[in-house]
Amino acid sequence: MRYSAFNLIRHGLGNPLGWGPAWKPASLKPSYDAIIIGGGGHGLASAYYLAKNHGIRRVAVLERGWIGGGNTGRNTTIVRSNYFFGESARLYDHALKLYEGLSEDLNYNIMLSQRGVINIAHSEHEMELMTRSVNAMLLNGIDVELLDRKQLLAEVPLANDAPDARFPLHGGFVQRRGGVARHDAVAWGYARAASQLGVDIIQNCEVTGFIRDQNRITGLETTHGRVSAGVFGLAVAGHSSVMAAKAGFDLPLQSYALQAMVSEPLKPILHNVVMSGRTHAYVSQSDKGELVFGAGLDLYPSYAQRGNLPTAQEIIAGLLEIFPAFRRLKMLRQWAGIVDVCWDYSPIIGPAPVDGLYLNCGWGTGGFKAIPAGGWLLAHLLAHGKHDPLSAPFDLTRFQTGALIDEAAGAGIAH
Amino acid sequence: MTATRLAHGGNIDRQKPITFTWNGRVMTGFAGDTVASALLANGVRIIGRSFKYHRPRGIMAAGADEPNALVDLTHGVRHEPNARATTVLLEDGMQISVIQGWPNVDWDIFGVLDLFHRFLPAGFYYKSFFKPNWGFYENAIRRMAGLGRAKTSADRRKFDARVDHCDVLIIGGGMAGICAARAAISAGLNTILVEDRPHLGGRLNWCGRVIDGMPADQWAQQIASDLNCRVLTNAVAFGYYDHNLIGVMETVQTSDPDCGDARLWQIRARHVVLATGAFERPLLFADNDRPGVMLADAALCYVRHYGVLVGDRIVIATNNDSGYESAIGLAQAGAEVTVVDIRPIAGGIQQRAEMVGVRVLPSARVIKAIGRTAVTAVDIRTNRGSHIRIDADILASSGGWSPAVHLFSQSGGKLRWDDGTLTFVPDQSPQAVRVIGAANGTFDPAASMSEAIAAINAIAPEKVSWSLPALSQTEKSVAIEALWQDPDIIGRQWVDFQNDVTFKDIALAASENYVSVEHLKRYTTLGMATDQGKTSNVIGLAIMAQLTGREIPAVGTTTFRPPFVPVSLGAMAGSRFGPLHSPLHQLPAHQSHQKLGAEFREYGGWWRPAFYPRNSEDAFATIQREAKAVRAGVGLLDASSLGKIAVRGKDAAEFLNLIYYNELAKLKTGRLRYCFLLRETGVVYDDGVVARLADDHYLLSPSSSHTKGVLDQLELWHQTEYPSMQVSFHNLTSAYATISIAGPQSRTLLARMESGIDLSDQALPHMSLTHGTMMGHKVQLARVSFTGERAYELTMPAGQGRTFWEHLMNLGQDLGITPIGIESLSLLRAEKGYILIGTDTDGLTLPVDLGMAGPLTAKKVDFVGKRSLLTPDAMRPDRRQLIGLRPTDDQFVPAVGSHAILQVDGTRRSIGWITSSAFSPHLNHTICLAMIEGGRGLVEANAHVTIFDRGKTTTARAVEACFFDQQGVRLNG
Repeated sequence: MRYSAFNLIRHGLGNPLGWGPAWKPASLKPSYDAIIIGGGGHGLASAYYLAKNHGIRRVAVLERGWIGGGNTGRNTTIVRSNYFFGESARLYDHALKLYEGLSEDLNYNIMLSQRGVINIAHSEHEMELMTRSVNAMLLNGIDVELLDRKQLLAEVPLANDAPDARFPLHGGFVQRRGGVARHDAVAWGYARAASQLGVDIIQNCEVTGFIRDQNRITGLETTHGRVSAGVFGLAVAGHSSVMAAKAGFDLPLQSYALQAMVSEPLKPILHNVVMSGRTHAYVSQSDKGELVFGAGLDLYPSYAQRGNLPTAQEIIAGLLEIFPAFRRLKMLRQWAGIVDVCWDYSPIIGPAPVDGLYLNCGWGTGGFKAIPAGGWLLAHLLAHGKHDPLSAPFDLTRFQTGALIDEAAGAGIAH
Repeated sequence: MTATRLAHGGNIDRQKPITFTWNGRVMTGFAGDTVASALLANGVRIIGRSFKYHRPRGIMAAGADEPNALVDLTHGVRHEPNARATTVLLEDGMQISVIQGWPNVDWDIFGVLDLFHRFLPAGFYYKSFFKPNWGFYENAIRRMAGLGRAKTSADRRKFDARVDHCDVLIIGGGMAGICAARAAISAGLNTILVEDRPHLGGRLNWCGRVIDGMPADQWAQQIASDLNCRVLTNAVAFGYYDHNLIGVMETVQTSDPDCGDARLWQIRARHVVLATGAFERPLLFADNDRPGVMLADAALCYVRHYGVLVGDRIVIATNNDSGYESAIGLAQAGAEVTVVDIRPIAGGIQQRAEMVGVRVLPSARVIKAIGRTAVTAVDIRTNRGSHIRIDADILASSGGWSPAVHLFSQSGGKLRWDDGTLTFVPDQSPQAVRVIGAANGTFDPAASMSEAIAAINAIAPEKVSWSLPALSQTEKSVAIEALWQDPDIIGRQWVDFQNDVTFKDIALAASENYVSVEHLKRYTTLGMATDQGKTSNVIGLAIMAQLTGREIPAVGTTTFRPPFVPVSLGAMAGSRFGPLHSPLHQLPAHQSHQKLGAEFREYGGWWRPAFYPRNSEDAFATIQREAKAVRAGVGLLDASSLGKIAVRGKDAAEFLNLIYYNELAKLKTGRLRYCFLLRETGVVYDDGVVARLADDHYLLSPSSSHTKGVLDQLELWHQTEYPSMQVSFHNLTSAYATISIAGPQSRTLLARMESGIDLSDQALPHMSLTHGTMMGHKVQLARVSFTGERAYELTMPAGQGRTFWEHLMNLGQDLGITPIGIESLSLLRAEKGYILIGTDTDGLTLPVDLGMAGPLTAKKVDFVGKRSLLTPDAMRPDRRQLIGLRPTDDQFVPAVGSHAILQVDGTRRSIGWITSSAFSPHLNHTICLAMIEGGRGLVEANAHVTIFDRGKTTTARAVEACFFDQQGVRLNG
């Protein structure tokens, strides 16, 4: 059943429960052409593009819990491609371009809202770094503009401009194509479209072990029984190193809790997505009216999907320093996701050290914005066994060659 | 009909009237009222409009579970856009108004949306609004959504915060909680009791029971007056974090306009006892959201606790005995009460109800509330199956109780479904927590008290010496029969009131395969409103179970996340606001700089002079003048922010040799070495001078902004990788002041300090140090230069910083002494090609990129980062390398952050960027430092590069990074 305003009216008048399942309930078959472990955004997108771009439809997505329940359903929904290095810019801009057509492509409104992403500079030094970034992005074909102080205040009138502001406003830069999208809808939209192409989406199915034939993965042990496949994709953000250990290799990443929180819903008060590198705060207002915000990682590595109070206070203090009007508001909900952080804050896409298994992990704090590209590129690897040029720089071997893509460096964080 | 204030009763003070306004109308309440009880007493029925359909809504509950009664509250400088009327205590002068409804709440034009509800089911927005794109519709939808309107002015109130700890933290001051507190005190435990209402006692204040021969509310007050422990009232425990850390938000009533209205407590407890009680669940029937439909216990609370009788003719729908408690209380207050019980027979309480005139309809169900803006009648299906209509102005319901397991769940605790009480009850938690009373699914008062004492006995080293009071009645109020949703009922039935989620929405989610509890929640928004589903979660789950033919536990439980109720962001941040957000360090001689007219800026957390303008000099002229003065005579720079980390111990030399890129074990005592500290990626994390003071004693001078980071790295390596090494680290940065004296006249100036220190180049050559006494204080004098000139760093106790600075300034008058700021220092070092970490380097810069390859080949032992310096990428010849650039236009200063580009096949590719740029007053042309791919080769080829800045291009020549005094003769000049 296609989603459209016309059908909404038709069902409203007729059978309101007649839409049918968004994605079909499925049970695990004994074998598939390809299996993707992890039913988050990246996993579901991989399955969809495998079926759509490469015609491979005997595909299963195995999800330990409920689809979209990991970081896909726990992030602050920001999409942008304002990255410093060309490799990253091309990767994330590919994702953003796919996002721009995704609602139509999936026939599911993912509510892409290109409200503009603004980064604030609080010192002349930060302005210099932003100039460097803006020039890099312009040379890489990314649409950004440097903002002076006045332009910044015109875009973000509530930003703290008081004489005693701890972090004065010097300017900033904006990517107007950046914005937010509805995170759950991305998972559900991909699930629905993949399911329509024949992909089995199997929830509450935990992978407990890998079946190997010498150095090749040939099957999986799951809570729904054994299953075999030609190739396997691993897209289990937050648990990548856990699953890698089960498959017999190590990954160069650490897992941390990243908190996010929302305020009570309010009438529109903040138009853009605003980020302040100095306080690490980032904030946007959802269509429902909640301010959605977050900042830095919790202090120590963890797999527990909850944040600590001191870090929450730090995050809130950072936000309020930039937006002192928000001090009157209330926090409605606080949560955390587990992010897998690589040494260079860039993802790993490519073959695993064992044959037949391909990786999509290490997105750190920025996996949501990359979902369409992450899925696109993992699907390409699963279908062809080799990299699309976009994913080649993100191969695991960069940790041996030393060809790191350190976006923290690019963002001007001195180390 | 409207509610009436009774002449007697309730925990309000009729001698203290309070004036407030509701939508501009002046009203009166009493001290002790909540905003909700006062509004009810003033006859307000419609308190707001629902989020989606704009249906009129009334007050439904009497506590934190209230979904409807959100109001805009202004009180002096205090403003809350979404205040919950049932939990805000009324204060004189409060201005309360509705947050939805135009032109007014009684007649809302957007109420028309309700007519189109068929076309607006759960998730309708996922199925439409994407042609041409979402942005086309979004702004209109955003304006429709949202609740209250926030003020845009800055809020400058002060919020403070408290930190505390205890043996046992008891959360909830109802019967179980106060018994536990009483027991804990008797067992000698350091106890804190937290209660979110103003009074202890919880439901004892209105349930009408008798304890120890006295009314329960009096008994509770007696216990409360005797609690010899810290008791926080008006304080809600909102979050249960790791290691038994509890966040508590206390409401602060204050008339001080500078003071915030909430205070955060962080309480670390050895043991936590949760006595958080339970929330009553409503029953479902058609149009169950009409104003006048409320919870049975809330109606009882309003009459007994606030003296407000909510209606004359009250119907109570129930599936358990607790509905009768409300019936009795309301009938005793004079209302005509009918109980509609789904069960054929209730417990002994039915007779007691009938004795006070309550009419009981057994085996009957309420199927519909009649009335649009207020309940006027109730449709009932009787035990014979016939439908009758009873006139009523209040329809209260009791569908059983859900334990408030929120904090338990946040502790990491797992829940278990209990079929007897039809509730989720606490099971196991990884933390030191015990749950007692209704929160544990124990609804019997006597059992609840026993649980309280048992919980304390289990954690107290001494026995509890307090005995249980006698209860006059110990009847259980949990004779409950399951009723979630009656399939025979037609019409819209609300589950989540604030977010307008109905039974049909849940059915739609089930039919579309959004059957897991989290999908249900996210797809329909059930439980996502500001009440976080306190009345709706369990009902929603049960309906999903019913629709999908599963048991309730198989559907799962939602994860309860902090906070339990919305909490003030201002209070969460506490005092961290404005200058106190992350306080800036001040230099010891700060006042001297102020007197000299310095313009201050922040540099890495320090508030330092950027330059010292004279008269009307602009920044550029000032910087040029200061720089020239250094090379001509002598300049004085306050370098006190430079890090000073003492490293001592038997293994100090070996440890530092392992941590630093440069060789340090062979460094001679009294000598300095310029060193890099690398990360494991080989990237230069910091640069600085390391001095050896003795065999087992080094002094590090990290960059001002990196001192803490370097210390952290040292501790990290020591504690995690080399714990057996005998070495320790002490941050002495704030204990000493350092003044840098640079320029050809620097030695002359120092000689006037009469220290007796031999200043000859033989005794104190470049990169060495010595100690002595100046002005009666011990000082350290090091010869080190960041300008290329002869220069000294003089270090003295921090308290002497100002005296030394001013004395030196006086001594140097005739030498043309000039105080210089960071900006001219930055220019001087750029002329020499000296790098600034984080300016000229970034997170990819290796030592070799900066031209320091020596240690990698010369140093024989392993060191941090070595492995990464030997990767193929680290050895690429076309890495970005630090070089100088000289723009073709001598006067043009390219912006830092401009790129150097190559034209390849018509597209422009960046080959690097400018990291520093300035006009050099000594060379009379612009100088730039830049990180450029294969830069060394470009310098050797004397090549030109194209400079790009936001579309504009210029050219520059690749040159050596050192522009000035390449032989370094001025170091000894």
